[in-house]
Amino acid sequence: MSVDKDTVNKIARLSRIAISDAEADKMVGELNGILAWVEQLGEVDVTGVEPMTAVIPNKLRLRDDVVTDGDVRDKVLANAPAKEGSFFGVPKVIE
Amino acid sequence: MSELTKLGVAAIRSGVAAGDFSAVEVAEAFNSNVANAKALNAFIVETPEKAIEAAQAVDADRAAGKPLGKMAGVPIGMKDLFCTQGVQTTAASHILEGFVPTYESTVSANLWNAGAGMLGKLNMDQFAMGSSNETSYFGNVISPWRRNDGSNAALAPGGSSGGSSSAIAARLCPAATGTDTGGSIRQPAAFVGISGIKPTYGRCSRWGVVAFASSLDQAGPMARDVRDCAIMLEAMAGFDPKDSTSLDLPVPNWEAGLNSDLKGKRIGIPREYRLDGIDEDIASMWDNGIAWLKDAGAQIVDISLPHTKYALPAYYIIAPAEASSNLARYDGVRFGLRDLPEGAGLQDMYAATRAAGFGEEVRRRIMIGTYVLSAGFYDAYYTQAQKVRALIARDFHNAWVSCDLILAPTAPSAAFGLGEKNADPLSMYLNDVFAVPASLAGLPAMSVPGGLSKEGLPLGLQIIGKALDEQAVLNAGLAIEQRSEFTAEAGEWW
Repeated sequence: MSVDKDTVNKIARLSRIAISDAEADKMVGELNGILAWVEQLGEVDVTGVEPMTAVIPNKLRLRDDVVTDGDVRDKVLANAPAKEGSFFGVPKVIE
Repeated sequence: MSELTKLGVAAIRSGVAAGDFSAVEVAEAFNSNVANAKALNAFIVETPEKAIEAAQAVDADRAAGKPLGKMAGVPIGMKDLFCTQGVQTTAASHILEGFVPTYESTVSANLWNAGAGMLGKLNMDQFAMGSSNETSYFGNVISPWRRNDGSNAALAPGGSSGGSSSAIAARLCPAATGTDTGGSIRQPAAFVGISGIKPTYGRCSRWGVVAFASSLDQAGPMARDVRDCAIMLEAMAGFDPKDSTSLDLPVPNWEAGLNSDLKGKRIGIPREYRLDGIDEDIASMWDNGIAWLKDAGAQIVDISLPHTKYALPAYYIIAPAEASSNLARYDGVRFGLRDLPEGAGLQDMYAATRAAGFGEEVRRRIMIGTYVLSAGFYDAYYTQAQKVRALIARDFHNAWVSCDLILAPTAPSAAFGLGEKNADPLSMYLNDVFAVPASLAGLPAMSVPGGLSKEGLPLGLQIIGKALDEQAVLNAGLAIEQRSEFTAEAGEWW
């Protein structure tokens, strides 16, 4: 499988990364180089093999359903680039 | 250079405990080395006051006759991937510039509780993506080492924990934290002639560590010798309910368990690691390593890890896939950089922020990850890679029938020059060919110095162990250390 410039632009859109035309051109070659190289995985016979989900067998724990934190609004907002009062500020999203 | 900065973790701890010198004297000596080594660019933020503060607390505890921690009086460097409360944490990315965590990572908190102090936040490859420390937004880290040909070419300290490796090799700190996703502790340790261990996945909590690829990320210590690594790993490791993949197991007393007598141990030599055209220096170092382990009483056995050649391509699907998901959090809303072009809406702000904030390699990996996870390609790439990963883990499992440990080189070459491998992302990726398989299988693996190349540069030997058997890995590392007579140091030019 190989990607063309339209696909690169689509991937960039899905990734929420703005790219220029020149960057997209460059990325076509780079992504195709990497994808051609990972394609060799197709040679491996994986019949009957389950995809790995955990490297070390480990049981997911459940904790008691109780409140363990909270009341940290100021800490949560401390690094916001544009807070408005006690909220995260974003550009207008509703016309 | 002060005599104190020639000491390692064990020597500092015992000297402070015995009253031979104070913790504050040690912190001052290392602070001074850090301040005088700007040319290496190993630190993003220096925190001399934190080192002094921690040292004063240790000195006060000692004066009061209180018990001292495992790392009491030892100042360390902290990789900038660990969130440190009140001290900027960036993962060496512009997108996190100015981010000051309001909380402390579990691993760093464990170290401070053990009496360690922080000299500063160490430079690294951006989001731990890189093998040469050339992807940092804050500039390249330079290795203190130089080739013996008089060229003075600036060399890579390895990556992603390149600030850690450079700082330890230049004696700016006796030890530092590293993180290893696909070799990021072991390869930099090999490049500068120090030791470093990636423990079993789940030994060290990932809570508060900036995430790259969550199923692979694992923290570990980097230091001048095996004992120092054992001491520091004990202080870092431990169950943490805040990390769902943290192992709920007691932390072994690895330091007390150190024993370089390898009688009864079988060491596997994987034939697939002997690549065509393997570097001569690497091949002869590997042979020396085999001889040293034999001398320590071990039995050497030939083993096969048949899926080795597929480890790197599988890694370069799995790690970017997890990264594309993990790095979705950088949106310009909650923390870090925001780029809001005139008149832009929310979607445009996301795209502009992420384009401005992420470096080239990070953008490349996010896009690969997005592609392999996208509709129509998920099974062909991601599911296939996870199946191959299961086969790689099975290779190791099968190997443990005939051996207890595996010995291999850490990296396929000595340190390369900065800029030498930038043109093609693939040639950089190939540097991790020997390190990635153990990462995919979650196994403990360590690099220890194995000798020098013809250019006079350090080379590393890698020991891979069974899950949870860090002790055997450390013991084999110690056996090599006692026989390699590796005393070479970078001459001070910085």
